[in-house]
Amino acid sequence: MSTLAPRRLSTGDRLRVGAAGLHTRPMRVFLSSLGIAIGIAAMIAVVGISSSSRAELDAQLDALGTNLLSAQNGTTMMGEQAVLPLSAESMVGRIGPVTDVSAIGIVPDAKVYRSDKTPAAETKGIAAYAARTDLLETTATQLAHGTWLNNSTAQYPAVVLGAAAAERLGVSSPSPEIEILIGGRWFTVVGILEPSPLVPEIDTAALIGWPVAQEVLGFDGHATTLYARALPEQVESVQAVLGATANPEAPGEVDVAQPSDALEAQQAADQAFTALLLGIGAVALVVGGVGVANTMVISVLERRAEIGLRRSLGATRGQIRSQFLTESLMLSLLGGLAGVAIGGAVTVIYALTQDWAPVVPPWALGGGLGATLLVGCVAGLYPAARAARLSPTEALATP
Amino acid sequence: MIELTDVHKTYAGGVRALDGAGIRIDAGELVGIVGPSGSGKSTLLHILGTLDRPTSGQVRIAGHDVGALDDAQLSALRASRIGFVFQQFHLAPGTTALDNVADGLLYSGRRRTERRELASKALTRVGLGHRLKHRTHELSGGEKQRVAIARAVAGGPALLLADEPTGALDSVSGAGVMELLGDLHRDGTTVVIITHDSDIARSLPRQVSIRDGRIVSDSSTLVGGRR
Repeated sequence: MSTLAPRRLSTGDRLRVGAAGLHTRPMRVFLSSLGIAIGIAAMIAVVGISSSSRAELDAQLDALGTNLLSAQNGTTMMGEQAVLPLSAESMVGRIGPVTDVSAIGIVPDAKVYRSDKTPAAETKGIAAYAARTDLLETTATQLAHGTWLNNSTAQYPAVVLGAAAAERLGVSSPSPEIEILIGGRWFTVVGILEPSPLVPEIDTAALIGWPVAQEVLGFDGHATTLYARALPEQVESVQAVLGATANPEAPGEVDVAQPSDALEAQQAADQAFTALLLGIGAVALVVGGVGVANTMVISVLERRAEIGLRRSLGATRGQIRSQFLTESLMLSLLGGLAGVAIGGAVTVIYALTQDWAPVVPPWALGGGLGATLLVGCVAGLYPAARAARLSPTEALATP
Repeated sequence: MIELTDVHKTYAGGVRALDGAGIRIDAGELVGIVGPSGSGKSTLLHILGTLDRPTSGQVRIAGHDVGALDDAQLSALRASRIGFVFQQFHLAPGTTALDNVADGLLYSGRRRTERRELASKALTRVGLGHRLKHRTHELSGGEKQRVAIARAVAGGPALLLADEPTGALDSVSGAGVMELLGDLHRDGTTVVIITHDSDIARSLPRQVSIRDGRIVSDSSTLVGGRR
């Protein structure tokens, strides 16, 4: 008597049998894998867009440097505006790891107007500052038009406008003919700045030379904000001594900050939002999985006769189970592949409209397909078990 | 080849489909099992084909005690030794005759090229050598049943079970199918045909009548109602 052992199906046969169930019902396959595709596409796009945005921010931070520190005059214990000593700049410059120091000083009571016809109340939030000539270099701010202040223009009534200030005053390009009124004196606009990502306070500033501010506008020469670049690995230790160095008599009256913190905080906020969107994408994927499970349950009901026939041809329960599981996996994998393609395309298109370099992390692609397989497996388990449990005679009895 | 001893089958709900049926069929026989609907002949076919197990009694098919085999072993037995032909053909829609027959060998452990070769031979044997690439909806009823027979015999089973093989066919096609089953029998296959049509049964060398779940007559013994 020969021993009886069921023969295993080859992988190719298993795939062929699984696929056979799919291509007889193309519309249903399309619709149920569409659910999976939408879920995966949403997740890939969210991850892709936020990765691209983060890569952009990282590149920006790299270019700007995270080693810029600022020291601003705070308030005294009495609540008045504190004053940094005249020696503050040179003292800070003497801190070992500090490589560059620059400063701005607000010119008190110097209102900025486009012309002498402008009503006095319309200051448009623009403040006049005396600026050191190395300000742009230290704060990594770019010049948009014209020239920056140099040692000679700093002596004369010349002004460089921050990006927002220029827009509010209606000055689009510098020219010898364009003069604005600062503290009752005419200043020629020689340059306009790009928005400064690290030091946004100078976007609304009208920047003039230190000497001319002292000579014609009665500026007292005290800096109100110092900007210092430190060696990157020693930023923290410099930050710890910056207040005491700038104002040794009243270190508590100095507000020390690291401007790149603001950008990093923005990045963290983006990440929290990304996690939320990713969660929504996951919900879409689960809903897609329910659609696949539903399709598979219906498919098992409709194909009882086929199941009966296969059992009569010698298929074991395991082979029936594996057939429907394979079909479910293929169904969701089909959706997953489409979803990865759609999500990738959305990322690329969105990144290009934002002028970013598109980044889709490989782990997101792998994770997306992995999630698809998991969903297909879970969605197929119950229908496949149901198909396998069906007794052959019961299955054949169905017309 | 087949030996049933005192087989009972009671379905959930108390319906007694078989009530002490016993039958012995030797290798190479051509047997018709005839009975009215509700007589238990379909249940008998399912038990002969190991698709179902009796509630009690002993079943031996091709040398195996069916009661001692588990579900996977029964599947293997069906895959290697038993071919089925059904009244409703059970062909896959939109698939060619060749693929239908070749897929019938899927669970026999043969490789795909071999399955297709055997399928092509089996189709030629049933007279459909010119219709290999036709899809099932392009075939007549008689041709569909021939495809189903080809599928059942492609792997060379020892036992062919046919359940009302002519039930869905006109008389001419039906006669052709019966002739084909006779040919297969002459080539050495054991063939059991279940039918409610006594004319068909009379054309076979041995007839077994079943009624109310019992064998009431068997032309080979001429004894009524074995218990």
